[in-house]
Amino acid sequence: MEKALKKWFPVFVLPTLAAFCVGFIWPFIQGIYLSFCQFITVDNAKWAGISNYVKALSDETFGDSFIFTVVFAFVSTILINGIAFAIALALTKEMKGTNIFRTVFFMPNLIGGIVLGYIWQILLNCILSNLAQPLLALNSTAGFWGIIILMCWQQIGYMMIIYVAGLQNVPPDLLEAAAIDGANAIQTLVKVKLPMLMSSFTICLFLTITNSFKLFDQNLALTAGEPAHATEMLALNIYNTFYARSGPQWKGIGQAKAVIFFILVVVISLSQLYATRSKEVQQ
Amino acid sequence: MNTKQKNMWSNIGTVFFTVLAALWMYPIIMVVMNSLKVERAITTDAAFALPTAETFAGLTNYISALGAQGFLKSFGYSLFITVSSVFLILLCCSMCAWYINRVNNLISKLMYLLCAFSMVVPFQMVMFTLSQTADRLDIFGLKFNTPWTICFIYLGFGAGLAVFMFSGFVKSIPLEIEEASMIDGCSPIQTYFKVVLPILKPTMISVGVLETMWVWNDYLLPTLVLDIKKYRTIPMLIQYFRGSYGRVEMGPMMACIVMTVLPVVVIYLLGQKHIIKGVLAGAVKG
Repeated sequence: MEKALKKWFPVFVLPTLAAFCVGFIWPFIQGIYLSFCQFITVDNAKWAGISNYVKALSDETFGDSFIFTVVFAFVSTILINGIAFAIALALTKEMKGTNIFRTVFFMPNLIGGIVLGYIWQILLNCILSNLAQPLLALNSTAGFWGIIILMCWQQIGYMMIIYVAGLQNVPPDLLEAAAIDGANAIQTLVKVKLPMLMSSFTICLFLTITNSFKLFDQNLALTAGEPAHATEMLALNIYNTFYARSGPQWKGIGQAKAVIFFILVVVISLSQLYATRSKEVQQ
Repeated sequence: MNTKQKNMWSNIGTVFFTVLAALWMYPIIMVVMNSLKVERAITTDAAFALPTAETFAGLTNYISALGAQGFLKSFGYSLFITVSSVFLILLCCSMCAWYINRVNNLISKLMYLLCAFSMVVPFQMVMFTLSQTADRLDIFGLKFNTPWTICFIYLGFGAGLAVFMFSGFVKSIPLEIEEASMIDGCSPIQTYFKVVLPILKPTMISVGVLETMWVWNDYLLPTLVLDIKKYRTIPMLIQYFRGSYGRVEMGPMMACIVMTVLPVVVIYLLGQKHIIKGVLAGAVKG
């Protein structure tokens, strides 16, 4: 069969491969090359060595947005997973209306980041103005917590669904055995359920951390980095370097930042996957 | 714990979660509420207030949004781009995934690895070069920076996840079924459409859900590829009106948001089972 199929390469693979080259492989390679150049469009690139990287790393806004992103990723990952897991535990108990609650909690996940950001901007500004606090555009603390609340609202439902699926997959005979051995609810949770759920934790932690690092739409729509770049995350910082600054040097620096960002995301994802995978138990 | 206590706790739980669920829905309810108010009543201070007899605007905001604000056009663009992209991704990527799993050569292996790799790469990495490529690419006069052809770009950037997910499923299909159809005289194309495609249906739905959610809500890629003066998808429209265009008419904006969110919610309620399954499958594979 392999032989018969082989000559059908142009029909089966070529469309995807061509699009993949145009949409990913070529831009990726060109992106790495351009990060070593000074350019405004791709035609007038001049080799500039590593100077873009030096300038990118010495750009203060980049460092600030890096710290902001790391703190944000840390706080949001803990909050989202903690709350999502607690809700998942409660909703797998016998209770009226669990299905409706799951439906409701999951819903925000389907709404796009730009719309979400706009909705929450109106809501948070209303709360802030009623509390006589400065509005989001002038209030970086509120901006930070605003994005956190927004991301919690969007992602808790999603993570909850993954945890619920994990909890439902815990074999009932294990729970029975634990009950016969006299384990109480907390012991069952810590000694039986948690180890069985390690793969769910891997997935959820992976998703929340990478989502936090790659966050763009919500950041743009809710605060747009205001006030004065104080709530600007890495992805938005790169975007602004490309499109909001004038001067021939900035595109090259932006591309260098993008490469650094890419390496950062890969390293974080891989190390995180490795760390939690090693703790998983074999079922 | 006796049954009575258990019942009590379960009731407390239900009450607690009902309140929480109501809070959860509040942001959406707030937008619906405001979309029914007259312009001057939508202020920063009073966003929480219910519309009263004086401030109730009926459907005027919706009518204005549909007409003057170009919502209908944007909705059309978004719908077309989403449907064409998702269709193209489902068809091409499932064919590709089948091929690279059945034909064991270097290109197949390379393709699989590159697809897996592309899922980790953040969009900002290729953002500038991709938009430039899309602007310049010209194959016999066919440009890729229009809503009619942007699906090709989406196929390229969305291929990673789709090929990866389809591959995972194709591996579990027993080879014998396909071999039988080949022996019965089917060409690979016939085998694919008559045998493999029906088996792939559940994965099709999962991938379709994920890609639809992505393309429908995507803001950055269409912004960079399309000419914002001519074509605006819904996320672009919303961001465009808030951008540098002075005072935004809040009422029609709210109506726009409601009309953006509503179809998503309705589709979600109708196809909840499939959507949650799709999202779960994507999460597990990713």
